[in-house]
Amino acid sequence: MLQEQELKTFVEGTTNYFEVAAQQPASIGSPYLVTDGQPAVHDYTGMITITGKREGVVYFTAPRAMLTVLLMKMQESDFSHETMRDLVGEVANTISGNARRDFGRDFVISVPSVVAGERPEIPQTAGLRSFVIPINWRSHSAKLVVALK
Amino acid sequence: MSHMNGNGHGNGGPRRSFKLMIVDDSNIMRRRIERSQNFDELELVGTAGNGLEALELFKKTDPDVVTMDITMPQMDGIECIEKIVEIKPAVRILVISALADKATAVEAMEKGANGFLNKPFTDRQLNEAIAELIREA
Repeated sequence: MLQEQELKTFVEGTTNYFEVAAQQPASIGSPYLVTDGQPAVHDYTGMITITGKREGVVYFTAPRAMLTVLLMKMQESDFSHETMRDLVGEVANTISGNARRDFGRDFVISVPSVVAGERPEIPQTAGLRSFVIPINWRSHSAKLVVALK
Repeated sequence: MSHMNGNGHGNGGPRRSFKLMIVDDSNIMRRRIERSQNFDELELVGTAGNGLEALELFKKTDPDVVTMDITMPQMDGIECIEKIVEIKPAVRILVISALADKATAVEAMEKGANGFLNKPFTDRQLNEAIAELIREA
């Protein structure tokens, strides 16, 4: 089960990502616990599997429109499906990797896997409760979902 | 290998040029590093999306400077650093990774990396890290 301080690590990682990579801060909403089923996802979802001293999954899910603006802020000119997939994977990887500053090296992160579409296959996190960190950036909404043993 | 151009990083004498290889499993990150580095001394000789590709490319192009991600499929950056340093001990390697724990940075340096930059980074941070890398080359 995720502790409050641990959740703060992911909130700070998300804040830092948008401040530095997008050069425009995001507004982070109050994290909440999903008690029934899986959180709804957006068009693109980048997932990191966590193993080692903790087990679970961290994923970043965002709508295409938000990713397009994010890419523009990064001076990208390629807005293809593949680049959208690349971006959500990289965001999930960066926030999860940054969390090792607090969790330590035994917080082992996978390479990103990415799903797209309305009903993607999100790995079942049996026995785990998912915390959702709402992200509001410009006029768009996205989520970071953290489910850890 | 030498030319006389300059961007304010030296003392006005003949300037070395360095062959650059960029290794990252993200196309976006590879393009970002290529676009954001502002050194006339650097000539991009190739990019790779994992450690295995990087190793092959390294043998073909003999880079002097490498930016290296760590978390990649097939062969990670730590293993790749170890192998390319065996081939060319004088290579200068800047690790650019999201992994923010000190132990990973220490391990990368022990394997032969010369610098470590955490993602996400600004253009300024990238260029300062590269400047440090080539100043000591």
